[in-house]
Amino acid sequence: MGKVVYEKSKGLTDNPLSYCPGCLHGTIHKLVAESLVELEVLDRAVTVASVGCSVVAYQFFNCDAVQAAHGRAPAVATGIKRVSPDSIVFTYQGDGDLAAIGMAEIVHAAHRGENITVIFVNNGIYGMTGGQMAPTTLITQKTSTSPFGRKEATTGKPLKVSEMIAQIPSAYYIERVSAHTVPHLVKAKKAIKKAFENQIHGKGFSMVEVLSTCSIGWHMTPVESLSHVENSMMPYFPLGVYKDEGEVIS
Amino acid sequence: MANLLTIETKRCKGCGLCAYVCPKKILELDMSNVNDKGYNPIKCIDMSECTACAMCARMCPDSVIKVERDV
Amino acid sequence: MKVLMKGNEAVSEAAIRAGCKAFFGYPITPQNEIPEYMSQKMEASGGCFVQAESEVAAINMIYGAATTGTRVMTSSSSPGIALKQEGISFMCAADLPCLIVSVSRSGPGLAGILPSQGDYFQATRGGGNGDYFIPVYAPNGVQEATDFVQKAFDVAEKYRTPVMVLVDGMLGQMMEPVEFKKPVINEYDKSWVVGARSGRERNVINSLNLLPESLEQTNITRFRKYDEIIANETLFESTVADGDEVAVVAYGTPARIAVNSIEELRADGIKAGLIRPITLWPFPEAAFAKLPASVKHIVVVELSQGQMVQDVKLAVGGRLPVHFYGRCGGMVFESSEIAGQVKKIVRGE
Repeated sequence: MGKVVYEKSKGLTDNPLSYCPGCLHGTIHKLVAESLVELEVLDRAVTVASVGCSVVAYQFFNCDAVQAAHGRAPAVATGIKRVSPDSIVFTYQGDGDLAAIGMAEIVHAAHRGENITVIFVNNGIYGMTGGQMAPTTLITQKTSTSPFGRKEATTGKPLKVSEMIAQIPSAYYIERVSAHTVPHLVKAKKAIKKAFENQIHGKGFSMVEVLSTCSIGWHMTPVESLSHVENSMMPYFPLGVYKDEGEVIS
Repeated sequence: MANLLTIETKRCKGCGLCAYVCPKKILELDMSNVNDKGYNPIKCIDMSECTACAMCARMCPDSVIKVERDV
Repeated sequence: MKVLMKGNEAVSEAAIRAGCKAFFGYPITPQNEIPEYMSQKMEASGGCFVQAESEVAAINMIYGAATTGTRVMTSSSSPGIALKQEGISFMCAADLPCLIVSVSRSGPGLAGILPSQGDYFQATRGGGNGDYFIPVYAPNGVQEATDFVQKAFDVAEKYRTPVMVLVDGMLGQMMEPVEFKKPVINEYDKSWVVGARSGRERNVINSLNLLPESLEQTNITRFRKYDEIIANETLFESTVADGDEVAVVAYGTPARIAVNSIEELRADGIKAGLIRPITLWPFPEAAFAKLPASVKHIVVVELSQGQMVQDVKLAVGGRLPVHFYGRCGGMVFESSEIAGQVKKIVRGE
């Protein structure tokens, strides 16, 4: 008998993922699921699914789940956590959901220092609805609603969410990671686990932004998409800890 | 006994991310096989080279690969 | 023991006594005394109070808290209730209980802060998407408002639906003696809630359903629930008696004004009775089913340009003439004004 080095997490259900081939949602789901299992909180975890490709995340995380309206996941999570403080409550939101329609809800959940965990998946596009421009779409990036490439003159520059939320006094822990290589996944997992540990210890609002891909929306192969994260997204969205009230950042 | 990769081919979407990250380059899409989803699933072409590093399994979005190390 | 309380505060106290453990709201006149009271009292009663960043956020916090099976409420006023419609639709779709207190002001738009009944459609038809209704109670005074707040929690849990108590700004602001009754607290099935689960199967609370056959069946099942609500929960009062020539129809505080109008009419030799819908949805159609043969006119009075009158016409089905008199914009009719209108109608003027 061999020693199992890696197998599917018990934090995931057996439902086949509905995401496109090579979509890193699945990979990021694994990091979340593994963290919940390793921290032994799966049976008191509640995921709040958002609207976008991960609208169906409630089918995949093997824990209680609530499906929220577009952008409102942090408000729904607030409601759950306030009346059920023993639950480990996390939102799983994309950039259209969190950085556009749900900006007020995410800012004020951080502002109140809600003791919740936010997994923010940034792939710079609205995937579910067919690849429209998001607040995080890169300049010159072509999408179905920026067919000539995003222009700064009319749409501004891409929103840097982690930098922005880190400015909120009551935010506890904000880190941007990426899911495009295995070494980056190791760091991403560490960040996600920490964001849950913070909640377990009552520290307050933690958000991990995970740079991700959308090979269909980007019109690339899954492998090309990984390089796009490295070469185009990471220079504009630098990885790192933007806020950690538990540690002094040098 | 060698290390073991168990690939759940029926769930594989043939994205090729595992093959891309495999340091030994022993994974490739099985062009002679189409699964029920309509994808060419991944296969290991030389199990003896596998170091059970599990990079393929960690990258796989669909949790298709189980990795066991010979002990 | 009776205590003298402002409507908004009495409603808040009633909710706390009924076991409400979470309040999420946002400031808007004329309901501010409710979040203010809750901010003062909720914590001491072991509950939570959050002033949200918007009505949209508040109703979504309610949605979240309701998924745990906790008694939760929010309150707002007209434009704020408009913003809550998204969450109300989602709560109906996910079959979640909660109490919404709507203290209505005049509209449309920002408009004014004085009493109005221009939100009848908003309450009974909603502005959220999809096929749904919510039970709506329209108390005529502070005592009824407290009674219905307590009842609303029970109805919400029994049928797993949001329930609204709709009062106008007048009722919210006025002081009356009120007696808090012992709230009815029934145990209903809570196997659907989320949170720490100690071995049970995981629960999912969701409104997404992309399979048309399944979604149709879900909606039909929900309407069977509405049939039960219609059969069991419809409330009205009627003083229309054999020999009455006119049935005046009014709800909420205007119904109290109409009581005086009816006395004035009787003094002038016109026999009239009052039909007072207490639930606006379900609308008490039964109140119009067997009117005495003596009734020749139905006169609907509302603080609007005419909204409930449409439901009255549907209930009457063309059997009798249905007249309407309303004031709006925060203007409130006096009893003599209604009596005068009824006289004109009876005399064919």
